[in-house]
Amino acid sequence: MTRTVTVQYFALLREQARRTEEQIATAAGTPAALYAELRVRHGFTLPERALKVAVNDEFAPWDHALHEGDRVVFIPPVAGG
Amino acid sequence: MPHFAISSQPLDTPALRAAMNDVRAGGFVCFEGWVRDSNDGRRVLRLGYEAFVPLAEKEGMRILGEAMSNYPIFDIRCVHRIGTLELGDLAVWVGVSSQHRGAAFDACRYVIDEVKSRVPIWKKEHYVDGDSGWINCHILPA
Repeated sequence: MTRTVTVQYFALLREQARRTEEQIATAAGTPAALYAELRVRHGFTLPERALKVAVNDEFAPWDHALHEGDRVVFIPPVAGG
Repeated sequence: MPHFAISSQPLDTPALRAAMNDVRAGGFVCFEGWVRDSNDGRRVLRLGYEAFVPLAEKEGMRILGEAMSNYPIFDIRCVHRIGTLELGDLAVWVGVSSQHRGAAFDACRYVIDEVKSRVPIWKKEHYVDGDSGWINCHILPA
């Protein structure tokens, strides 16, 4: 089963993906599987353990079930202040 | 009313402070984070900040709510800049009012520490030598 999700990129991931967002038709059922797929596609240097993930503008666990139309953001290490 | 905001415009600190005037308060503590000219021994030319705004504002409001619950304060507000900032520019502002100074100092410290570690805001340093880099985003050892 595939689903289409929108992935938004920020900071280092935006530069490495060379885009701010994309729609992905994927068989990945979780953010963890989706990141593994995108890491190969875009050559992301950050491992999953360095990131957090948000689904539909809220933090989510890596094994969260993805649904059609979800908006996913992988969050690199933050550095406000 | 506690308020957290992300701003792409320079911050008007007299207005931010005036909006918190409160005759019940005997103390007001403010923290300003400024862009400095060096980090880890490298000379910095300017900074670029970006944020995932919807979640940054939610997480920022949660942090302010925690401060309101955990310290006897009247109000607490925080604004963080995004965009390109030059040396000396104001990057983040926190203001706290309380009856007595102790709680205001403690709540201010809590909020700036939590904002730095939890809110999805990223900082890219541009160095005098032409190099640049996202802070905390180097590859971590396994």
